[in-house]
Amino acid sequence: MDMQSLSGGFTNPPQDSSRAFRAALETLARPGTIHDISGAKAPAPVSEAAATLILTLCDPETPIYLAGAHDTQDIRDWVAFHIGAPIVGPERAMFALGIWEALSPITAFPIGTPEYPDRSTTVIVEMEALRQDGMRLSGPGIKDSALLALPDLAPFQMNAGLFPLGLDFYFTAGTRLAGLPRTTRVSDLMEAN
Amino acid sequence: MSDYNFAYLDEQTKRMIRRAILKGIAIPGYQVPFASREMPMPYGWGTGGVQVTAACLTPEDTLKVIDQGADDTTNAVSIRKFFEKTAEIAVTEKTGDATVIQTRHRIPEEPLGEGQILVYQVPIPEPLRFLEPRETETRKMHALEEYGLMHVKLYEDIARHGHIATSYAYPVKVEGRYVMDPSPIPKFDNPKMDMAAIQLFGAGREQRIYAVPPYTKVVSLDFEDHPFDPSKADHPCDLCGAEHTYLDEVIIDDDGGRMFVCSDTDYCAGRQAKGHRGRLSPTEEAAQ
Amino acid sequence: MYVAVKGGERAIDNAHAWLAEERRGDPSVAELSVAQIREQLALAVNRVMTEGSLYDPDLAALAIKQARGDLIEAIFLIRAYRTTLPRIGHSRPVETETMLCDRRISATFKDVPGGQVLGPTFDYTHRLLDFKLAADGEAMAAQMAAPRLESTPHVTEFLNKEGLIQTEDRSEDTPPDLTREPMELPANRALRLQALARGDEGFVLSMAYSTQRGYGNSHAFVGELRIGKVAVELDIPELGFAIEIGEVELTECETVNKFAGSKIEPPQFTRGYGLTFGQTERKAISMALVDRALRSKELGVEMSNSPAHDEEFVLYHCDNIQATGFLEHIKLPHYVDFQSEMELVRKMRAEIFAAQHKEAAE
Repeated sequence: MDMQSLSGGFTNPPQDSSRAFRAALETLARPGTIHDISGAKAPAPVSEAAATLILTLCDPETPIYLAGAHDTQDIRDWVAFHIGAPIVGPERAMFALGIWEALSPITAFPIGTPEYPDRSTTVIVEMEALRQDGMRLSGPGIKDSALLALPDLAPFQMNAGLFPLGLDFYFTAGTRLAGLPRTTRVSDLMEAN
Repeated sequence: MSDYNFAYLDEQTKRMIRRAILKGIAIPGYQVPFASREMPMPYGWGTGGVQVTAACLTPEDTLKVIDQGADDTTNAVSIRKFFEKTAEIAVTEKTGDATVIQTRHRIPEEPLGEGQILVYQVPIPEPLRFLEPRETETRKMHALEEYGLMHVKLYEDIARHGHIATSYAYPVKVEGRYVMDPSPIPKFDNPKMDMAAIQLFGAGREQRIYAVPPYTKVVSLDFEDHPFDPSKADHPCDLCGAEHTYLDEVIIDDDGGRMFVCSDTDYCAGRQAKGHRGRLSPTEEAAQ
Repeated sequence: MYVAVKGGERAIDNAHAWLAEERRGDPSVAELSVAQIREQLALAVNRVMTEGSLYDPDLAALAIKQARGDLIEAIFLIRAYRTTLPRIGHSRPVETETMLCDRRISATFKDVPGGQVLGPTFDYTHRLLDFKLAADGEAMAAQMAAPRLESTPHVTEFLNKEGLIQTEDRSEDTPPDLTREPMELPANRALRLQALARGDEGFVLSMAYSTQRGYGNSHAFVGELRIGKVAVELDIPELGFAIEIGEVELTECETVNKFAGSKIEPPQFTRGYGLTFGQTERKAISMALVDRALRSKELGVEMSNSPAHDEEFVLYHCDNIQATGFLEHIKLPHYVDFQSEMELVRKMRAEIFAAQHKEAAE
């Protein structure tokens, strides 16, 4: 096991994770907002935001799917040492991590059941950057409308159409975090105008 | 206080609660099952709310705790002290200064804003429980969006009493999908639930967490010919003169004399500080 | 002027001080030590450990002392303490066949391999108040036989060899843990047993009793009841094998129940199972009866609407910490809700009186 896999945890876990959770809560409760989230460092290419998010939310009870370039031995070792979560395929994942192209098609992830719609995957999409432009968002958590650059359009519209089932998303870049719950309706800014 | 982890709960418990809160936010009004822990206070004293608050608090937070709208009621004092001791966070009685507010039975009168979280203590999270005692059945009813039974019950009330005979814990529909119990707040508070703050609901004994994100549609169930009526005592506050607040009725003498005062003590004190006076305000008595 | 409940903080401090004084009682009477409670009120300690889901006689005795003898309050203290403890690992299933039995009886056979061992039981005592104890509680040492070294086979296994009782398949599945995951229904048997083991002794007893009185009849025989110590082993991943970390005293009860059989299956007995900490045999037997009653659906026998057959009813109401909390919380102020009820009642009364008045006038 690489030394890098043993480092990169929180300095003060209770305090660091409490701040990280609040960023995760705020971004999911207010789609279109972007918050800073930091404190954990995982091997490349995992962003600091994504590392902090999974360290805050995941443990041995949450199977994780590592997609594409995020599925390396170094990252598996880091997850094993800091989180202890089992690494699984997309169909059993409670959390998924990767870039959009590697995560797609997102139809492989559980979307919950009518009795338990909460039993669905939370997908963490690593991005080049997060920007408040591109797509128009509306729905719970948004006063009138908000803007957020998304890596795609149709899959998010389809996902919102599944409500109350569906996937919930986080977008990460560097130390930046944005959220997109299944309730958010997404439209192309160009079309909307 | 090094005997306990920050905010009392261990980190694994907090992660589990945090995951439930996030799924609750993603599915407004849906009750997310969670493995509620025994807390050092009894079930029914706000264990669900306390666990949600513990999972949300950061060292930078300022906490307000109210019971029946008041900061000074015994259970509010006890919960506030618990978090002062275990999380060493700042506490306040001022609604506007608080970042996290834990409440039993009321929503503060002062509108809540972005950057605030309102945590409700919930005894029975299932709005259909008194119509159907079985969890397996009510879960199916929510899954199928089968809420006919609730409308029948409300309509039977109207047929029998001329009114919907529910005055608190009045059911609401969230974002057009889930029927939700708003916790035992008086129905006067229901219209406030469409707010800018995040609302989280914790039911410890019943092991459920649910949420209403900011700016989410919360509609009290009603009928076209019997629209929802958020009524309150038909008096102004005897201490601050407010005519738009929820009032407690207080018996003030052996002959059954009454006074009406704001249930939200912080709001009432704020108004009095600004010079508002009511029928029984001390200064007015002195002047007479 | 009287204004609501004020001065909450001072009231709480004063109440706690008074409570502490009442707990101590008359200071001219010697104080109870935790060791005295542990040694001389051992059955209370056992109950607190069982329903508190924590095996620690000293802590249970401390909880009883702090709770002034209120066992539900003591169970609550233990549960609240337990929930803060980190999970270091999971023990292997204990092997009760290797139990060093202090007591071991079977009601289904006159004698069995390993013998009938009465042990320290109230069963055949005459319930006459022993006024000697008021003055002098010293007891003569009991005569001890040499301990049995070989393991003691389970009585139901003799029936199983003959095919007379249903075989319980071994499962390698990790049992669910309702202290870590929310209860989900329908529950599997492991989860039901956990809930019953933690459940209130009185509640589980009454549920079991109701099955004996005809509410979901599944006549039970005590196939075997055994009490004694077993070793607890923990897998150490770094070592690659399990090591013994201590021993616990357990009560285990297995009941044998009738089963008429079906068109395709020959008649066979069925089983109920109870396992509790310490010597707590009333609870273990009750648990076995209720376990068996809750299995009626999976065994395809005696379906009924009896309370003890109703998994949801039993599992959601057996926990005394949940029950007492919710019951007692109605002592907390509810005046905001009550106010809204008063408003509504007044309004409805006023409308009726107005209507009557109008009718009378017409």
